[in-house]
Amino acid sequence: MRPLPQEDFAPAPRPASAGLNILVVGVGGQGVLMISKALALMAQRRGFAVKQSEVHGMAKRGGIVFSHVRFAEQVWSPTIARGEADMLIALEWAEALRWLDHLRPGRGVFIADTRKIVPPFACRSRKLGAPSAYARETPADVVGRHADGCALDATGIATALGDSRAANTVLLGRLSAWLDYPVAEWHEVIAAIVPKGTREINRAAFDAGRAWTPPAPDEAPAASAAAAVAPGPDLRIGVSIDAAWCKGCGICVKLCPERCLAMDGPKAIVRTPAACTGCRVCEWLCPDFAVTVRNEGVPA
Amino acid sequence: MSIEALAQETGAVSSKKPAEALPLTGNEAIARGAWEAGVKVAAAYPGTPSTEILESLAEYDPADVTAQWSTNEKVALDTAIGASFVGVRALAAMKHVGLNVAADSLMSFSYIGAHGGLVLVVCDDPGIHSSQNEQDTRLFCRLAGVPVLEPADAQEALEFTRAAFELSERFDTPVILRGTTRLSHTRSVVRVGTRSVPPSRGFVGDHTRTVTIPANARRLHPKVIAREAALAEWMGTTPLTRREDGPDRRCGIVTSGLAYLYVKEAAPDLPVLKLAGSYPLAVEAIRDFAATVDRVVVVEELEPALEEAIRAIGIPAEGKSLFPRLGELSVELLRDGLAKAGLMEAPAPVAPIDIVPMARPPVLCSGCPHTASFFALRSIGAHVAGDIGCYTLAAIDPLRSMDTCVCMGASIGNAVGMAKAGPEKPVVATIGDSTFLHSGIPPLIDAVYNKADITVLILDNHITAMTGGQDHPGTGRDLRGEDAPRVDTAALCRAIGIDWVRVVDPYEVGRLLQTLREATAHRGVSVVIASRPCVLDPVKIKGAPVAVTAQSCIACQSCMNLGCPSITWSGELFEGRHKVTIDAATCIGCTICAQVCPTDCIQPVATGVH
Repeated sequence: MRPLPQEDFAPAPRPASAGLNILVVGVGGQGVLMISKALALMAQRRGFAVKQSEVHGMAKRGGIVFSHVRFAEQVWSPTIARGEADMLIALEWAEALRWLDHLRPGRGVFIADTRKIVPPFACRSRKLGAPSAYARETPADVVGRHADGCALDATGIATALGDSRAANTVLLGRLSAWLDYPVAEWHEVIAAIVPKGTREINRAAFDAGRAWTPPAPDEAPAASAAAAVAPGPDLRIGVSIDAAWCKGCGICVKLCPERCLAMDGPKAIVRTPAACTGCRVCEWLCPDFAVTVRNEGVPA
Repeated sequence: MSIEALAQETGAVSSKKPAEALPLTGNEAIARGAWEAGVKVAAAYPGTPSTEILESLAEYDPADVTAQWSTNEKVALDTAIGASFVGVRALAAMKHVGLNVAADSLMSFSYIGAHGGLVLVVCDDPGIHSSQNEQDTRLFCRLAGVPVLEPADAQEALEFTRAAFELSERFDTPVILRGTTRLSHTRSVVRVGTRSVPPSRGFVGDHTRTVTIPANARRLHPKVIAREAALAEWMGTTPLTRREDGPDRRCGIVTSGLAYLYVKEAAPDLPVLKLAGSYPLAVEAIRDFAATVDRVVVVEELEPALEEAIRAIGIPAEGKSLFPRLGELSVELLRDGLAKAGLMEAPAPVAPIDIVPMARPPVLCSGCPHTASFFALRSIGAHVAGDIGCYTLAAIDPLRSMDTCVCMGASIGNAVGMAKAGPEKPVVATIGDSTFLHSGIPPLIDAVYNKADITVLILDNHITAMTGGQDHPGTGRDLRGEDAPRVDTAALCRAIGIDWVRVVDPYEVGRLLQTLREATAHRGVSVVIASRPCVLDPVKIKGAPVAVTAQSCIACQSCMNLGCPSITWSGELFEGRHKVTIDAATCIGCTICAQVCPTDCIQPVATGVH
């Protein structure tokens, strides 16, 4: 039994005769499929067998989108095995990190937009000083350490050219620098795929991506301000209800974002005190001043 | 197998014209294959990953093929059966769980047999990418006594579909063409043929065959059993079953469908018997193959259907001891299993990367009307029986306002049972418009008839949204985009005896909440129709965005309870908590968050400055 042929991978342009496994990832609506189509068409024109496989059941709902593009003389499996992608093209930063382990260890090429699409899930904790659940890794943690390649502000480049939606074509342009296919042929392929009215901007985006050079090393991105406060539970926080003043209208119960309050017969009570984050919504909305929120963790 | 070889097999295709090559997905190839085979009537209810089959068929000339959305999968299969009775070729398509809905028709039609060729395309979802389970349709085929064909890629999808019609007519049986998500959604170049319509066989005349009264059914059942034996022989001799002998005789692989591709990728030198389908079992072909190798390993996705059948004929096949019974197969799993069997070196372990990926669960879209419906429902404090659709996402945080979801159309029946069991809270069923028309109407009649004390919240977004925006009898358009009669849901509810019916706009959160309060206070069945179009389909809606006035935001994050993807933390803090910001590029201006905000700090952009 022999494993799949392990092709040597060099950062220099790859010969046009070699087949490739390319993984294109992002979130719904970013244009993952446009890149996949362009790659598939390019490979097809050069006489390769091509398979392009995607899962898009949840794509429209902000979920993860990924597309496997494989081309070679013969392609069997529609999917790329972990550790066997030659290139990873990511349209969003956290998605780039998610699929990093699919690259050939140490030899894969990583091309990612540094754009962050922060899902609501990453901003859920109301606790004092809660950190965002968004990925903390920076391009320096990846490029050169896990993979060859680059992370660039493709969305910024595309926005400067006039349409942020052309970020995918910027990345395609960057990718093209690793493959020795003629630029004119890339232009043809892109023109054939994108809507007629967007050919010019996509061509410009492709050229900008292809010509991109890394900024000077001291231009490190600033650390996120949102993660500045120390996390952890805070015992100085709590809520109490004065039963004598409560008339049982239920406003606080209905509107508590953490659902720590409940009705107990005619009165509101604190059912899960540990869940209180001290947001004060109940205190502000109580028409009878029956609710008191203790929140001593407030910075001066 | 080539188009030419298939032409001999099906005797249908003209080989004079050079074959054209097109990049097609598996679903598009199935549609193309059906069109080439001369299909006349095709029907389906949308369901991932099968949806695009009918959408592709609708691209062909309406004079060639009637392509239509049915209200549910059973109606789709019944429609195809009706066309078969008239003597033309017919197709029904559905996802795996759709076959549960259509099963009643399938089980009886198996006895009757196909007059005009009938192909039932069923797309399984191993790995549960977008379904409620990962049932294996091949077991259904065994139960129904109906042969299954399992293409591995788009080229085979086209060829097997053509062959399936031929098979159906030759053996007087419906044929199931089983795909999977990977087949449906993988695109590759396909050599296509031309359309060839067999002459209509005319209306089926024999009522002793087509009326399944007990006397007839007792005569028909032996026919099904005899047919099974004939089909088993065909499975072994058809060119769609392929035997590839290899130099390494230590082990032979028996496989079918997409699993074959993983075998070829992981172990190209092993002898392979690739079956056209798993049922009926090609007994003789498998015995012949097994005799040439030291041991037999079965590679199949999901259930050990082949493995158990092969063991039952006395061949000690291995399979699920090496490969998982859960989820999708992959090249990695193939290598692991073959290494476990001692057939190849264990793959070198890949050093793990010390980066934990961030969770990114799917969410309701910015401005989704379901967001308001479930936000309001959360305040009602009811037991909520849910159903299948985008809105099932309301079961997870932060909306977390759905208690149960079983399958299509289950919500209302479940709610009746909850109410009859005597709960301490009001009972609400939530169901989308397309799901309501699919299988929500009989249980609603049941609720009225049995005097259940429930509220039904019909989430009417005027489209089948989850599967990508398909029309249905409530949208006023059909599959080909033409005008169609439109069901009036409120009138329908009144006609079955419900007095308490209200239509509200879910964007008016206060009014919706008040209506739900009144509805749950009503004794008997009450219906609230939350009517507001989907923000994506058929038209992508984009209004003027709203924005947060940062100095008034108290970081209560009540708006974050909506789970709207346009709302995230801003860089600013209030009392140590994150203030919020709204992404103007994705906000559609639905104002649900503005209505929820206790400090009124969310305002339309133009007037957002106090």
